[in-house]
Amino acid sequence: MKRVDIRNLSITFGTGPAAARVLPDVSFSVEAGECFGLVGESGSGKSTVLRCISMLTDIWSGKVTIGGTNVRDLAPLARSREIQMVFQDPYGSLHPRQSVRTVLSEPLKIHKLGDREARMSKAITDVGLPLSFLDRFPHQLSGGQRQRVAIARALILEPTVLLLDEPTSALDVSVQAEILNLLQKLREDRGFTYVMVSHDLAVVDHMCARFAVMQHGEVTEILPREAISGNGATHPYARELIAASLAYERAL
Amino acid sequence: MSATSILDVRNLSVRYNGTTCDAVKDVSFTLGRERLGIVGESGSGKSTIGRALLKLLPTAKVIADKMRFEELDLLSLSERQMLDVRGKRMSMILQDPKFSLNPIQRVGHQVAEAYRRHFRCTKAEAREKALAMLDAVKINDPMRVYDLYPHEISGGMGQRFMIAMMLLADPDLVIADEPTSALDVTVRLQVLDILDGLVRERGIGLIMISHDLNLVRNFCDRVLIMYSGHMVESLAARELDNARHPYTRGLLAAQPRIGGSRKPLAVLDRKDDWINAVEPTA
Ligand SMILES: Nc1ncnc2c1ncn2[C@@H]1O[C@H](COP(=O)(O)OP(=O)(O)OP(=O)(O)O)[C@@H](O)[C@H]1O
Ligand SMILES: Nc1ncnc2c1ncn2[C@@H]1O[C@H](COP(=O)(O)OP(=O)(O)OP(=O)(O)O)[C@@H](O)[C@H]1O
Ligand SMILES: [Mg+2]
Ligand SMILES: [Mg+2]
Repeated sequence: MKRVDIRNLSITFGTGPAAARVLPDVSFSVEAGECFGLVGESGSGKSTVLRCISMLTDIWSGKVTIGGTNVRDLAPLARSREIQMVFQDPYGSLHPRQSVRTVLSEPLKIHKLGDREARMSKAITDVGLPLSFLDRFPHQLSGGQRQRVAIARALILEPTVLLLDEPTSALDVSVQAEILNLLQKLREDRGFTYVMVSHDLAVVDHMCARFAVMQHGEVTEILPREAISGNGATHPYARELIAASLAYERAL
Repeated sequence: MSATSILDVRNLSVRYNGTTCDAVKDVSFTLGRERLGIVGESGSGKSTIGRALLKLLPTAKVIADKMRFEELDLLSLSERQMLDVRGKRMSMILQDPKFSLNPIQRVGHQVAEAYRRHFRCTKAEAREKALAMLDAVKINDPMRVYDLYPHEISGGMGQRFMIAMMLLADPDLVIADEPTSALDVTVRLQVLDILDGLVRERGIGLIMISHDLNLVRNFCDRVLIMYSGHMVESLAARELDNARHPYTRGLLAAQPRIGGSRKPLAVLDRKDDWINAVEPTA
């Protein structure tokens, strides 16, 4: 089990007058084996935080550690055993000319893991897809099926930390239930640590012990799950977001 | 209803090349000037129905007894004729916004070009129009975002770009495939309000494909439920909680709730006979 620590994370895109300071100064910690939620305004920087933690972009400043090790000190290969990410937009993250089999077997080959067929079969059935889908290409899958392939790919290396960007928003609630139950079980059995972005506070309440509310690149407030049902937030934006979600669940 | 219906679909079936089973099987429905929700299992054929209506399925066999859109018999229209229908009179907001945008063109420019494709105007006018649309869909700082490339915008911004492009063309039928799943609840309500305005004020027909049961229950007029290519239930949206099909019942039970028990969520025990529809309620 590994703890994730984010200190003074800051990132600016572009230069000169077009420069945008997307994250001015973000800090939070995720306990080892915790599922930590990240919610907030669309465009507030949630995906960017995950991209920084996973070093998909490295133009940020600040410090991110996983189990005490600075992510910048991890070699790419070691890093991919430690951290995996499920992207918000599965189409963009799957190579159009790679079959599902290739998507799942590549990481196993790179990391020289044995029992490839067995691991692939397990990964694909765990996300509720038939084995015949191993021979399909991304364009032959529905939106939710692509998302499940992306989840299977992230799980197949059994990383200690999983960064989940809206992992179930493309899934009907029955398949969502299967995936959320799977994620919970993996956390209980293997001690995985999750950072999970979601717009659905019911999912956050179900999965996360604590969550951060973001707006304009800043963490406005970190709250325990209990703060959702009674709207225990104090920051005005966090209060507004929770109130809107409570109203949304009752009626539009 | 049928006299004023915008869309009339009878026994639509779709089979993708190289597969042995219909992705959509004998689906029938009509659409008036209303908000019709389509809910269903992942992979049950919802997006396929949308693509069939727009005739965007070059690698599939599409058959139907009837597929009428306003005065047009869609089945008999040529690809050339469809070019005048698609985007302009019938618009689909695709499920994967970033995939539908050109990756090497600035996003604002793509919105402006979409406008110029439908209306004669100068480039400067199109730019003004595009910026106003981005503002209408609640994009913060539209001037900055206008010049970004698709990989530089957030998931929810991508969805709002798709909606902005649809709005510019002023269509009579909108098929929105998961249009708001990446939006925070506050912005989602604002965007739904825009779509609602189109139905109420302009009398368009709106098909909303969504996994969000709260949205469908409260925003739509009617709901169709899809399971494994079949339309298994059709009911008034406010009656969703009284659905009778076992798949729909299972869906309702699988939804996590704020303040819920946090025990493992209920999952489905799928049965082969679930492809059979329940009798429609009066
Ligand atoms: N490479 C980039 N260049 C310029 N701006 C960028 C880049 N990547 C992200 N941004 C900007 O950073 C901001 C935050 O984007 P991000 O994708 O992190 O938002 P988000 O919170 O995940 O939103 P959503 O809920 O809509 O997915 C946006 O304004 C976006 O335009
Ligand atoms: N090009 C293709 N070739 C073969 N099969 C395909 C192709 N495109 C889609 N399918 C299959 O057709 C079925 C219906 O797909 P569709 O995209 O319509 O599902 P959906 O209801 O929109 O699901 P989701 O909610 O996951 O987006 C799926 O099982 C999918 O795998
Ligand atoms: Mg995002
Ligand atoms: Mg779909």
